[in-house]
Amino acid sequence: MATTDHGVTSPGRARIDARTLREDRWWLQPLATFVVFSAFVVYATSRAFMGRDYYASPYLSPFYSPCLGDCVEGASDFGQPFGWWPLSAALIILIFPLGFRMTCYYYRKSYYRAFWLSPPACAVAEPHASYSGETRFPLILQNVHRWFWYAAVLVGLVLTYDVLLAFRPMPAEYAVGDGETSGIHMGLGTLLMIANVVLIWLYTLSCHSCRHIVGGRLRHFSKHPVRYRLWTWVSRLNGSHGRWAWYSLFSVAIVDLYVFLLATGTIQDVRFF
Amino acid sequence: MSESSRHPMTGNEMSYYAEGGIERHQYDVVVVGAGGAGLRAAIAAHEAGASTAIVCKSLLGKAHTVMAEGGIAAAMGNRWPEDNWEVHFRDTMRGGKMLNHWRMAQLHAQEAPERVMELEDWGALFDRTEDGLISQRDFGGHKYARLAHVGDRTGLEMIRTLQQRAVQIGIDVFMECTVTELLQSPGADGADVIAGVFGYWRETGRFVTIESPAVILATGGIGKSFKVTSNSWEYTGDGHALALRAGASLINMEFVQFHPTGMVWPPSVKGLLVTESVRGDGGVLKNSEGERFMFDYIPEFFKAETADTVEEADAWYEDKKNNRRPPELLPRDEVARAINSEIKAGRGSPHGGIYLDIASRRDADFIRKRLPSMYHQFKELADVDITQEPMEIGPTCHYVMGGIEVDPDTELSSVTGLYAVGECSGGMHGSNRLGGNSLSDLLVFGRRAGESAAAYVAGLAQRPAVSEESVRAGGWSALAPFQAEGGDNPYTIQQELQQAMNDLVGIIRTASELEDALVRIEELKERAKGMTVEGHRQYNPGWHLALDLRNMLLVSESIAKAALARQESRGGHTRDDFPKTSPEWGTRNLVVRLDEHGTGVTLQEQPLPEMPAELKKYFEGA
Amino acid sequence: MGYDLKMRVWRGDESGGELADYTVEVSEGEVVLDALHRLQATQTGDLAIRWNCKAGKCGSCSAEINGRPRLLCMTRLSDFEPTETITVTPMRTFPVIRDLVTDVSFNYRKARQLPGVQLGPRDADGKRRMAQIDVERGQEFRKCIECFLCQDVCHVVRDHEDNKEAFAGPRFFLRYAELDMHPLDTHDRRELAQGAAGLGLCNITKCCTEVCPEGIHITDNAIIPMKERVVDKKYDPLVWLGNKIGIRNKDANGRTEV
Repeated sequence: MATTDHGVTSPGRARIDARTLREDRWWLQPLATFVVFSAFVVYATSRAFMGRDYYASPYLSPFYSPCLGDCVEGASDFGQPFGWWPLSAALIILIFPLGFRMTCYYYRKSYYRAFWLSPPACAVAEPHASYSGETRFPLILQNVHRWFWYAAVLVGLVLTYDVLLAFRPMPAEYAVGDGETSGIHMGLGTLLMIANVVLIWLYTLSCHSCRHIVGGRLRHFSKHPVRYRLWTWVSRLNGSHGRWAWYSLFSVAIVDLYVFLLATGTIQDVRFF
Repeated sequence: MSESSRHPMTGNEMSYYAEGGIERHQYDVVVVGAGGAGLRAAIAAHEAGASTAIVCKSLLGKAHTVMAEGGIAAAMGNRWPEDNWEVHFRDTMRGGKMLNHWRMAQLHAQEAPERVMELEDWGALFDRTEDGLISQRDFGGHKYARLAHVGDRTGLEMIRTLQQRAVQIGIDVFMECTVTELLQSPGADGADVIAGVFGYWRETGRFVTIESPAVILATGGIGKSFKVTSNSWEYTGDGHALALRAGASLINMEFVQFHPTGMVWPPSVKGLLVTESVRGDGGVLKNSEGERFMFDYIPEFFKAETADTVEEADAWYEDKKNNRRPPELLPRDEVARAINSEIKAGRGSPHGGIYLDIASRRDADFIRKRLPSMYHQFKELADVDITQEPMEIGPTCHYVMGGIEVDPDTELSSVTGLYAVGECSGGMHGSNRLGGNSLSDLLVFGRRAGESAAAYVAGLAQRPAVSEESVRAGGWSALAPFQAEGGDNPYTIQQELQQAMNDLVGIIRTASELEDALVRIEELKERAKGMTVEGHRQYNPGWHLALDLRNMLLVSESIAKAALARQESRGGHTRDDFPKTSPEWGTRNLVVRLDEHGTGVTLQEQPLPEMPAELKKYFEGA
Repeated sequence: MGYDLKMRVWRGDESGGELADYTVEVSEGEVVLDALHRLQATQTGDLAIRWNCKAGKCGSCSAEINGRPRLLCMTRLSDFEPTETITVTPMRTFPVIRDLVTDVSFNYRKARQLPGVQLGPRDADGKRRMAQIDVERGQEFRKCIECFLCQDVCHVVRDHEDNKEAFAGPRFFLRYAELDMHPLDTHDRRELAQGAAGLGLCNITKCCTEVCPEGIHITDNAIIPMKERVVDKKYDPLVWLGNKIGIRNKDANGRTEV
């Protein structure tokens, strides 16, 4: 292996040619991350550009909520201020959750490792000759994470509202059993949306920026007992931020897929009452 | 100047790469050792205006102070307003079985609180009371909760704080540099005075000379001469031996503290310290029959202040006013002896210790919060969860009360320009040191030494000169192990010395064993003359050990000789053949000096300095 | 219960070296450092190892075991199969001195560049008051034993020698965070952390946290909060606007920039 003048083979360091002496399967985790993220990106991109099959009353896909463009009837609960928008309505609002996740401290770790191999795993040399971290454009923009967090809170509220709407009576064509359609309703879709919104909130509230804003920025917890309490709660959630990041990613995709399958008539909603 | 001609650790210019020459530096004050005492002394000397350098065998911040766990004893009165220096002074003297130098104990008790608060000014983050003051915890032998602490890693906090302070004010540090000789030259009155130090860089094996009229020894202890010890490899008695060779005297060398609670298993960590805070926070000692045996070992001297029932002992943790202290919190010498007796009587644990149980007495959260590093240590090294099961522990060599004899107010030894502080100095702790008094000792006397050394240098009309011969002699002497062939490996000699000291000069001593030990030390000294090391001078641990071994042998001889002479049992010195404390010996110190051949030591008795009447009153009726 | 352990140990110095094979007898309950010490005492008297406390408290014996940065004294042999060969090398981020000993002066240089704590005056009674909950965050960071394994594993300097000038490393971000969260400190080091210390070079890939033998949450509790504090100062338009119209951020009250 050729010696280079940077990295672990720099002059002065112990002469060991291997880029790592790790013998465990260190490549497994970045590989798994790469595969799953890529699958999600492919799925989400195709669904976002599709511009249809995102609403199966009373369920609205989270990719399209709030639906602000020229949306199908019943999907727009906040009007259609972007009615002129020629492309898929998802593209108007997806920038917010996308930005939130792209700048998220946990996702950054994951994709820097899995996609940019910087580094692929701990104590495994990265392939790049130079490195400037997050000091320059565009990566210096990672510092705007907290602005996406504010937006993510709004998105979270909208999705919560969507869950409430998911209890609405169903239209006749989806009626099951004796055809009863009146009164509140709950189906598998409602359940999935509840699970999704819970995970979204866990992810949003366990965010590092949230932890900083609610209390982390203080130097004197003792003078702000309420914010200290909040900070302790958020800190506890924050310990599992990565887990919520993954779970909520899956749940969003699953809810969307469920709506898609309903909207295309592939399946029928499993209805509880 | 290019980076490469500077020493990478210190930034000092490395002139020793020049052909033939030996690297030389000049300072006002050189401190040998970068533990708590050395750092505090250097800070004081620097702040008093002296140009100051620290020389240390390890990297900065790794000295043995880092291992201290429990806390810093200082009568700040944050938990108990009735605590004050007088009470602390009394506890210290009683703990040392009245053999302490009264003046040192007095200064220590008086100045410790301010020294602790100084650490806080420099960034230390101590645990707090509900009022936001520095929290103080209970420890053996201290009447009131008195130890300022940070969980069970107080030593780390202290050394880091002092290290950061020293870096902040810009003191030069010679890291991984070992001093092998004190350089002297004739003073005005004909007696030799200090002129500097000679040593080598561990990294390169090259020699270095630092010219300096004042040298402060802060080299710590001697524990590495014993097989089972809580001390690290650095504790080879360098300061003790350097001082002896320079003509200074050692005092109280027979008193070696065996900490009652060291780990006994696995073998690789045998001796590793288990903090006294475990007992301060509710842990109790039990033998293999499950009995809390300490109640059987309360000495007459401490009867009045020690609980004699389990109920009273347990009640003490909650209500300290109306109950007496549990016997587990007697001074260390008492507890160590009791444990030793239980093990000898066949009531020990499977690995030859006894049980220290906190799991059945405190809940898991409390233990993890109060004793995080103990939890970690047992979990990682012994696979024992101390919140679930008792620890197996036994006595371990921990501290030497004896050391260089110094003036209490200035820490000046009998050699002009040579100062000593911390564990390598003697007198402060008498025959037994109380837990927590060590860290405060470092701070109080470290500062005093730094200031007096700086004052001495400032008052000098002319600096003593370092002679070329003495530098050359230092070099020859240091290279001797490379000259011999076919001799013993230094590791072998070290192991035999450790075994001999452990078996024959250990926690319980007798005349015949001590005599045997002295014979063996003589043999080892002979063999050490011809020991050989392989390899070259660059970072060669075999060579380093060979040089340290000379110090270990000299110090071991001092301990064994003093132990043989003192025909009584007191504090850290227990004689099976003289089990009683003798009032006559209570007024005498044993002083060790280098013999006329310079290869061994001689012993002298010396009267204990008498306490003034106004201090004596604290001990009346006790 | 002893067995013969096969080890590969890097021997050499600045001018070169190689992994040398050894077989050494070890017994139950031992750690890698014990095996190396036995090697030293019986086969290779001049094997250079830096160590002190052998209890995970001083952070001297940092090295890489099977490619992972670890403390030699806290790596138990029971973590490996008796048949497994254990490979020990010096830390690969710092210049090697000899065998397992590296020149860690990088870290001491960085320490010198960091302005230390500067507290205001004491209270009227000569004491200081700080609530336990206010010092706890700093106390976590002060558990640091300065083993420099975080500095060793950090790819910013491990894989890019040229970044050493501009990057202080996780150990010192810990220190910046500690001082920034100190309830009584009077300095504002946020600009320094971002500028001179190179906080922006960190891409929070968390290896520092993974290797920390003290279990300090370096990334989550120090680096990210420090990045957020820098955002407070530099990238938050609300704060900027507030400053423009005279509503000052109370967080920085009583602190002066250094």
